[in-house]
Amino acid sequence: MTQPAAQSSGPQSGPLTGLRVVELCDEAGEQAGKLLGDMGADVVKVEPPEGARTRGYEPFLGDAPHPERSLYFWHYNTSKRSVTLDLAGEAGQEAFRRLVASADILVEDQPPGRLAAQGLDYADLREGNPGLIHAAITSFGRDDPRSLEPFTDLTILAGGGPVWSCGYDDHSLPPVRGGGGQGFQTGCHWVLISILTALLYRDGGGEGQFIDVSLHAASNVTTEAASYQWLVANATVQRQTGRHAAPTPSGPTQLQAADGRWVNVGTPPRYPDQFKAVIAWLRELDLLDALEEAPLLEVAAGLGRMLDVGRIGQGGDDAVLLAAGRAAMSLLAARLPAYEFFAGAQERGFQVAIIYAPEEVIADPHFVARGFPTEVEHPELGRSFTYPGAPWRFGASPWAISRRPPLPGEHNEEVLAELGLDPAGAD
Amino acid sequence: MARALANYRICDFTGQLAGAGATRALAAFGAEVIRIEDPVNEGRWDILRGQPPYPDERRGINLGGSFNNHNTEKLGITLNLRTERGKELLRDLVRISDAVTENFSAGVMERLGFGYEQLRELKPDIVYVSNCGFGGSGPYRDFKTWGPIVQAISGLTWTSKLRDQPPAGWGYSYMDHTGSYYMAIGLLAALHHRNVTGEGQWVDMACTEAGATLTGPATLDYTVNSRPTRRDGLPDSNHSEWPPRSPHAIYPAAGEDNWIAIACRNEQDWRALAAVVAEPWTDDARFAGLEARREHEDALDARLAAWTGERDAFETAARLRAAGVPAAAVARPEDRIDHDPSTAAWGLWPEVTQTEMGRVRVDGLPAHLSETDWQLERGAPCLGEHNEYVFGDLLGLGSGEVEQLHEEGVI
Repeated sequence: MTQPAAQSSGPQSGPLTGLRVVELCDEAGEQAGKLLGDMGADVVKVEPPEGARTRGYEPFLGDAPHPERSLYFWHYNTSKRSVTLDLAGEAGQEAFRRLVASADILVEDQPPGRLAAQGLDYADLREGNPGLIHAAITSFGRDDPRSLEPFTDLTILAGGGPVWSCGYDDHSLPPVRGGGGQGFQTGCHWVLISILTALLYRDGGGEGQFIDVSLHAASNVTTEAASYQWLVANATVQRQTGRHAAPTPSGPTQLQAADGRWVNVGTPPRYPDQFKAVIAWLRELDLLDALEEAPLLEVAAGLGRMLDVGRIGQGGDDAVLLAAGRAAMSLLAARLPAYEFFAGAQERGFQVAIIYAPEEVIADPHFVARGFPTEVEHPELGRSFTYPGAPWRFGASPWAISRRPPLPGEHNEEVLAELGLDPAGAD
Repeated sequence: MARALANYRICDFTGQLAGAGATRALAAFGAEVIRIEDPVNEGRWDILRGQPPYPDERRGINLGGSFNNHNTEKLGITLNLRTERGKELLRDLVRISDAVTENFSAGVMERLGFGYEQLRELKPDIVYVSNCGFGGSGPYRDFKTWGPIVQAISGLTWTSKLRDQPPAGWGYSYMDHTGSYYMAIGLLAALHHRNVTGEGQWVDMACTEAGATLTGPATLDYTVNSRPTRRDGLPDSNHSEWPPRSPHAIYPAAGEDNWIAIACRNEQDWRALAAVVAEPWTDDARFAGLEARREHEDALDARLAAWTGERDAFETAARLRAAGVPAAAVARPEDRIDHDPSTAAWGLWPEVTQTEMGRVRVDGLPAHLSETDWQLERGAPCLGEHNEYVFGDLLGLGSGEVEQLHEEGVI
């Protein structure tokens, strides 16, 4: 494979350094390009002459709509270069062919049939580049007629399973789609797993190949118990507020803390030491007297064994003691600000959470201490901005945002010159 | 068909879904994944081992349905790491492995004497991937998590709700699945780096950090525009803010707890929807144009809900799609597993053979590779099922020695 020209790439250090990726993606697939680029690959994003559609997505810097100011586009397009090509025309098609001929990987989310009509599908592209790994993202798979139907993230998640499991105890409220484009991102995660698998096969002397990724299938296998309860036991899970959908209901875990923010109180104490810790914490806060069940905590603390959930319903005292522990945690959650409850309980060994908004995660002291917030220079604006950071800490080949998201066609000249083409002719 | 990862061996300590899901993907592509379990507590560190659902009335440590789902195609051995001989055998296994994977709490492997520094002494180019809630450093390093806790911390619970309602969150461990995907990606990428450079490494993954990358535009709206999501009854995740779209929600359908998702992307979709609905209210000036529909979204949703509420979810969704409007019935598990031609044609629910359970259906993979596709045939390992193969064939012990290890409580 052609190595990317060093002088044309930003500082790269990740585990995929030295690989060239061509990305021809709309909203469904562009996260895949980001993931590859942030791990060091030289990702060339191919946009239509008018620029990618997602450049028009809100929110915008300063709420001013502009193809260079979409924060949606920014997030999903870090560490990429951009070329604009008109793939309906001969010159654009030729440039695309040359570009892919120089690449290790092509990621695209075009509707089935479009690339073939342009003479740009896998069969055409692998000629002369047998190592090419071509990953195609479609809604239902390349060969499924449903991939020609209209879809969005909402319809993928509704038809693919996740939505059925999410929502509230009150079933007169509709089930809920989790936010953030997770239907598309789940597809992209599988694009990465399959591309890297194909890459390892190639590392060992194998050839390239075509990869068919279905968004519908990806959501279907990302539903945990909903699928295996049906596959194994023909049981249907039912949605519950803030906790696992299940064939049989469980107790609430989500509470509003003293400052109005929500917390997840997790599983109640089960071990004597945990009960001792709860008693001490209540005492510290002068709350022991406020808890009717306080004497039961003492019983559980002195029991000399762990409470057994399996005993519930068999007439034992364990159910009562577990309920007392839950009441204690609930009281603490209701009397403390959410963060104090979270940190205090975790420091005492309890698996609980504060329900953070995204703007709170990026400012949290742990995330800051680990360097998660990542500054990205935007020289065209004379400023830097804070982006979400690394999903992994690669000890020897660090993850990095090597470039800010590209301006439309910013690298036309540079990339076409690398391919030996006349930069004027392609779009 | 060729197996892409046939030459890779993973020394695997993962469990539950957040870890086991990662090595499952590699096993499906032919990697030799060797699960290491504690004989003393019968592998119960993985809280799913032996747990429901069950395919029949039998119960036992080898009969859990979720464990089987998450560990298909893996091998399983038992090894008591409290014993010096057990540690010695693990050292031998690490020496012939490409990677070591685990999702214990931070620091557990170091305490066992198998942190990254020790592992690389055994095998200089070893790839070590750890996946825990908060990663191997930082003030919350010792905090404990599972799926719902990770989702709450990373912003995913908050961004899953209806307007003016508490968070609904994810009704399952979305971040166990997704954490396992990131773990697999990190592992595969580090193996490629090793193939190219000869260099191994430690990949330290914090599941909450992976989760915090999944709501990027919302994070940037805050860091760039100082606009928080915690405002005005928001978030409201069935509606579409980025990009603004309307109507865009989940509406009731005829029958008990039946629902349909409808997502108009633009004016063309709205006009197509209006033509299918064919009721006078669709001409209401309040609904003319995106801005007007967004402003009168409650009234619009109520009208549309009244229309969908009398109709079958699947039939209506198909009619709308035929008219060009994105729509889908909210599928129950049985709908998408037993009555969906698309998942059937994909082969998405393969049947594996587990030694004690027999034939059981499991999740397939959502990517087909033309040259090296996945295969799922063997169910999850029974406790110590592959001791003879691993200690005998791989590590060269005689069967008498393996028997003796068993008697001495080493395996």
